[in-house]
Amino acid sequence: MNQNDFPILKQKINGKRLVYLDNAATSHKPLSVIDAESNYYGEFNSNIYRSLHTLCQKATNEFEKTRNKIAKFINAKEEEIIFTKGTTESLNMAANGLKHILKKGDEIVLTVMEHHSNIVPWQQIAKEKGAVLKFIPITKDYRLDMDAAKKIISKKTKIVSVVYISNALGTINPVKEIAKLAHKNNAIFIIDAAQAVPGTKIDVKDVDCDFLAFSAHKMLGPTGVGVLYGKHKMLEQLTPFNFGGHMIREVTLNDSTWNEIPWKFEGGTQNIAGVIAFGKAIEYLNDIGMNRIKKNDEELTGYALEQIKNVKNVKIIGPSDNKNRSAIISFHIDGMHPHDVSELLDREGVAVRGGHHCCMPLMKVLKIPGTTRASFYIYNTKEDVDVFIEALKKAIEVFKL
Amino acid sequence: MNAEYFMKHSGEIETGLSEEDNIYKENILDHYKNPHNKGEIKHNSSIRELNPTCGDEITVFLEIKDSKVKDASFTGHGCAISQAGISMLTDKIKGMNINDVKKIKNEDIYKMLGIKITVPRIRCALLSLKAVNSAVKNYEIRNN
Repeated sequence: MNQNDFPILKQKINGKRLVYLDNAATSHKPLSVIDAESNYYGEFNSNIYRSLHTLCQKATNEFEKTRNKIAKFINAKEEEIIFTKGTTESLNMAANGLKHILKKGDEIVLTVMEHHSNIVPWQQIAKEKGAVLKFIPITKDYRLDMDAAKKIISKKTKIVSVVYISNALGTINPVKEIAKLAHKNNAIFIIDAAQAVPGTKIDVKDVDCDFLAFSAHKMLGPTGVGVLYGKHKMLEQLTPFNFGGHMIREVTLNDSTWNEIPWKFEGGTQNIAGVIAFGKAIEYLNDIGMNRIKKNDEELTGYALEQIKNVKNVKIIGPSDNKNRSAIISFHIDGMHPHDVSELLDREGVAVRGGHHCCMPLMKVLKIPGTTRASFYIYNTKEDVDVFIEALKKAIEVFKL
Repeated sequence: MNAEYFMKHSGEIETGLSEEDNIYKENILDHYKNPHNKGEIKHNSSIRELNPTCGDEITVFLEIKDSKVKDASFTGHGCAISQAGISMLTDKIKGMNINDVKKIKNEDIYKMLGIKITVPRIRCALLSLKAVNSAVKNYEIRNN
């Protein structure tokens, strides 16, 4: 799909065509996004909301247009979209802002497949408030154990925070079902959707989540921009996280009152260029269509799963079938560390990630040091999969397994 | 402006590999597959060191007597570079005075490995030295 729009893909790595399969880490940017960022600086650079001159009006308009596009993209209201610098900050903002509802002994439910960014903030808050962390385990097929979830989520649960698509396993979790379990117990339901929003049509009303966090850079947008979606009534009880400029209504020497939602959560000058460029990324995705993107992802994943089965010594770390599975394929080769696999693949121009993928607790549960991960996105093709498989065979030969 | 620039130049960025860039040389793979000194020994100092970005992990065991390393071993897991590194380094320090062990420099480790270490691999290459130094320091703190 439109490889020509992505200048970075034209280069050669070690004399070979670049086959970029590290999309779960970050996606590449189309020219429209790259240009939008520099056009802001070259044509209407100014601080949003602060002044009344023409440049400021233009910048503010463009900035807010992105908020509108994102709201439509996930079926939310504009004021429910808060800009952050990424999923990690979004989750920290949610955790810190909800701290005040927790009492000693209250329970926070997570899963063992969470990224560090959806574990560490909760650990800190649990320590501070004397709350208890509970973890939903996984089954042998690398899926959430929903029978266990039904027992773990209880009247003691105040917050449930779950990853939509595991960045380490590729598993798509049944978030609608978990939302029901959480709400039945009057718990707040938060989704880490960093891997889901880039390739799935998400409707926050249909999923019925209270908060949803994601990053621009995994969906063709720039780094340093993220979103925390919150239901309006949830944002009313969220305490602000960044105190300072623009987030206030009135400041006296000894006290302050807050601006309206969502601005009360956007203290300090925002990544204006990044947010504006993110709007172009959303336009690009809308032009292709999320259904088409999902179909392409599914086809490539199915094809790659079939092909990888023919490579000796490779064990897939993730659901074995292509159902409820995203375009992330994690695998382990006995006798080869993921770093060595990824370094050898790089020699063939194939970019993948090797390691624990910021999921150290999950790797401990699985009793492996890490995995090698190939992840696909809109510009990948079946030819890319073929190059990857051949490079993988070659890498294994080096280690004479 | 941007578009033109990228279209013109992006095809030109190219990197190449030469024979000396091959880090998976026979001796590295030998040490990785058949590590020397692997397993816990009787020791009076031990320490676990991690490489947090990639999860390489080394626990070093040292038996030190009269300021000399009488015996050295390790347990752990990680990439070929980190594991071959500690396999070689435990060989090297056996019998050495701990004051000489403390003088081992990063460059000495690169020389010992005999391969070109790229920036992302520096931490893998130096994890062995970090672990050995910590274990020696640990011994000194407890014995002084």
